[in-house]
Amino acid sequence: MMNNLNIMLPEIFLSLSIFTILMLGVFIKKSFNIIFNLTSLIIITTIAIIINNPDNEVKIFLESFTRDAFSNYFKILILISSLFVLNSSKNFIIENKLDKFEYPIIILLSILGMFFMVSSNDLILFYLGLELQSLSLYILASIDRDNLRSTESGIKYFVLSALSSGLLLYGCSLLYGFTGSTNFDTIAEQLNTENVGAVFAMVFILVGLAFKVSAVPFHMWTPDVYEGAPTSITSYFAVVPKVAGLALLIKFMFIPFSNILLEWQTIIIFISIASMILGAVAAMVQKNLKRLLAYSSIGHIGYALAGVATGVISGYQSAIIYISIYVIMNIGAFSCLYLLKKDGQYKENISDLSGISKKHPVLAISLLIILFSLAGVPPLGGFFAKFYVFVAVLEQQMYTLAIIGLVTTVMSAFYYLKIIKTIYFDDNVITFDPAKNKFAQLSIILSCGILLTFFLYPSVFNNVAITLFNS
Amino acid sequence: MNFPILSTLIFLPLLSSLFIFLSKGKSNNYSAIYISLFSSIATFLLSLFLWYSLDISTAEFQFVEEKSWINNFIKFKLGVDGISILFIVLTTFITPICIISCINSVKTRVKEFLIAILILETFMIGVFCSLDLVIFYLFFEAGLIPMFLIIGVWGGPRRVYSAFKFFLFTLLGSVLMLVAIIVIYWLTGTTDITQIYEIRIPKEYQNILWLAFLSSFAVKMPMWPVHTWLPDAHVEAPTAGSVILAAILLKMAGYGFLRFSIPMFPIASEFFTPLIYTLSIIAIIYTSLVALMQDDMKKLIAYSSVAHMGYVTLGIFTLTKQGIEGSIYQMISHGLISAALFLCVGVVYDRLHSRMINTYGGLVNYLPKYSFLFLVFALAAIGLPGTSGFLGEFLVLTGAFQKSYLAAMLATFGVILGAAYMLWMTKRVIFGVTNNSEIKSLTDVNKSEIIMLASLAFFVIFFGFYPVPLIETFSVSVNSLIDNYEIALKSN
Repeated sequence: MMNNLNIMLPEIFLSLSIFTILMLGVFIKKSFNIIFNLTSLIIITTIAIIINNPDNEVKIFLESFTRDAFSNYFKILILISSLFVLNSSKNFIIENKLDKFEYPIIILLSILGMFFMVSSNDLILFYLGLELQSLSLYILASIDRDNLRSTESGIKYFVLSALSSGLLLYGCSLLYGFTGSTNFDTIAEQLNTENVGAVFAMVFILVGLAFKVSAVPFHMWTPDVYEGAPTSITSYFAVVPKVAGLALLIKFMFIPFSNILLEWQTIIIFISIASMILGAVAAMVQKNLKRLLAYSSIGHIGYALAGVATGVISGYQSAIIYISIYVIMNIGAFSCLYLLKKDGQYKENISDLSGISKKHPVLAISLLIILFSLAGVPPLGGFFAKFYVFVAVLEQQMYTLAIIGLVTTVMSAFYYLKIIKTIYFDDNVITFDPAKNKFAQLSIILSCGILLTFFLYPSVFNNVAITLFNS
Repeated sequence: MNFPILSTLIFLPLLSSLFIFLSKGKSNNYSAIYISLFSSIATFLLSLFLWYSLDISTAEFQFVEEKSWINNFIKFKLGVDGISILFIVLTTFITPICIISCINSVKTRVKEFLIAILILETFMIGVFCSLDLVIFYLFFEAGLIPMFLIIGVWGGPRRVYSAFKFFLFTLLGSVLMLVAIIVIYWLTGTTDITQIYEIRIPKEYQNILWLAFLSSFAVKMPMWPVHTWLPDAHVEAPTAGSVILAAILLKMAGYGFLRFSIPMFPIASEFFTPLIYTLSIIAIIYTSLVALMQDDMKKLIAYSSVAHMGYVTLGIFTLTKQGIEGSIYQMISHGLISAALFLCVGVVYDRLHSRMINTYGGLVNYLPKYSFLFLVFALAAIGLPGTSGFLGEFLVLTGAFQKSYLAAMLATFGVILGAAYMLWMTKRVIFGVTNNSEIKSLTDVNKSEIIMLASLAFFVIFFGFYPVPLIETFSVSVNSLIDNYEIALKSN
């Protein structure tokens, strides 16, 4: 039994720390700063614990909880991205009076939920993790409670997300009914194409998961929530839950649904193509940067799903590489938003970037790198992300998917170019307040540095991704 | 030879651009120009050394560098042969000239402009050096970023439209090539082109892959009917941008046909020859007629570029020794001549800020040196014997006559049209009556302009009379290209 607890050490540590700092927050006045720094410390410690944990595959608690290289990789990715997202948004949080001590604690709770999601090997544990994550996210979306738009986005997210959770739960219960087990491995053995009821359940579960990663046609909440929520929350939404959602999707395809490949493959292909096209087309007319990034993230999820749609390990690996590079790009992109401050107000329209290359050359060139990378132009990191996905897709000879994917790349290049045009070609010059947010600058520089030099070590993520499916 | 001379050549401009980026202050504009000029001339000398030490008696790739890049998948492989070396030297020769032209024509953000040019040079050299499809694609596409910025930031009034059109056209063309590259990888298990040459791609795949490559090269070349981005891009780009675009970027496609399309897909190349002939002839005749009607000098030269590139594609796909040699020769000579013509337009544009033909007239009375140089390049563009332009066209037509009388006849007709639009423009700009009183107060070409134009004029005339150094360099490589092509056809 002690052995089992040892395996869950990151989760246990995280939960205990959350309760501790919750207590601290209640009893200490003006505790935001302390809690915030403690949160960063907890995240770093958890990373250290996970790295020190061996990552051979172990299943505990009636095989409902897995610890393997796959879950460890995603946990680390979630933690690192949360660390960057949180710290680069600190100034923003304080200046917008969001500095309640609950803020970082809720983020930690959602991380805990994601931990259980990526580690789950059982429908019940998976659902519990998912709900813990979702509940935290509802609160986060409406954390700026006096702001009408933030509240609206929270409600919108809650209603739609609850609906999708309901569908998901329905799918889970169907799956249990038709296979007689909630364990992923048992389900995998029981499932076959004859089992129509289980295929039906699979559709419901896919719908729920597609909602969580905001893939078309379950993306409706994304632009509104991204625009309405405070930027610090949006950046969290755009990065961390996506990672967890994609991990879960891959896990479902890899373990319980691996025997009904042909059934779900068609659905994923459709979702992937629809996301890529909608992400490219709808973003063209956006004027708000956060809204634009919302559509761009829908498109990016489409590419990652194209990797998943291959239904083979190399495809899943490419999706993992994609999401990792996506995280790097989006942390950079959102950190740039924290520097767009004029007269104490944060700007979020594309037109507010007009001509900033003259006064803020470094910010301009960082945005240039990040945007070209998001567009997938070589030799930047974003190109390799797409490249690996298309290598995997073409290995399965899915030519239509590949060609549609690449054509939407060109279409999406258009709106990234539009931002670059505003930054570099427009004449009226906007000057922002001098940047004080050191951590945001650091994350921008790190992100740009990685994207720029990615071509020197293009297989860094491959080497990791290969080890994730050894078991 | 262990010294990685090709990598040095590729990354030298990138390093110096980093150096300029890190040097601070606006007053450093001149020092930035000196640094970039120095580094680009060093690159040029290095490439000359490369040319000198290249063994031209063999068609093997030389100075090959190989480094593991993506694990078990792609190697970072570089190498040159007799064909690519000339394009490398052309690139490194044109770049310093562009940098000199900045002194007069670029007034704002000079430092950034030089950085963009140097980064672009890195990518261009990379394209001509790479022996791996993915590396080639990487460099081929990466060049879009600096060129997009060059057109968009320093361009004319419609620069945004042109920059977007340029970027999106080229990107759309080349994503299909990316699909083809990945498919080739799954067919042959490698992206190393020397290995692909030997493996031979299955016949049933060749046509579709060839078309995917064509979609990229046709846009870049540009071939009719996807040439429409070129006039826009040329007109709006600053002088140095137009020069690089015309002199080097367009040559990437011709080089791509020679390096990839023909050796990798010989059967498809044979099969699609009529298509290329048709498109080339349409390009030659149609764009020449369009060029006749232009009021804008840059647009006229841009259309003439499309026509000249029509000869190049025609020559390449005659798949005869003369045709291919003529095409390469035409590409090099067009690189020099079109660069010079755009510089000539840039010279008067810097003074009067107009590209319209009817602004000018009778320049010969006030700018005699300029008029002389302009005339040299105009005649070279027509293909007057004694200039490099003549040999290229002549060889192409010789090759074409061996394969198709009709195509050759029509292409010859294009030569006449070429003479018509070029001479007509010369007549209206250089000779004729001066209506514009501002022309009388113009100063003749200054020192830096003389250096640029005279060095180009020297090589245009030198290679017009003495083509041996060029032809000797690539003839063995071209022979082996044709031999391999014929062996592949026979063994089919």
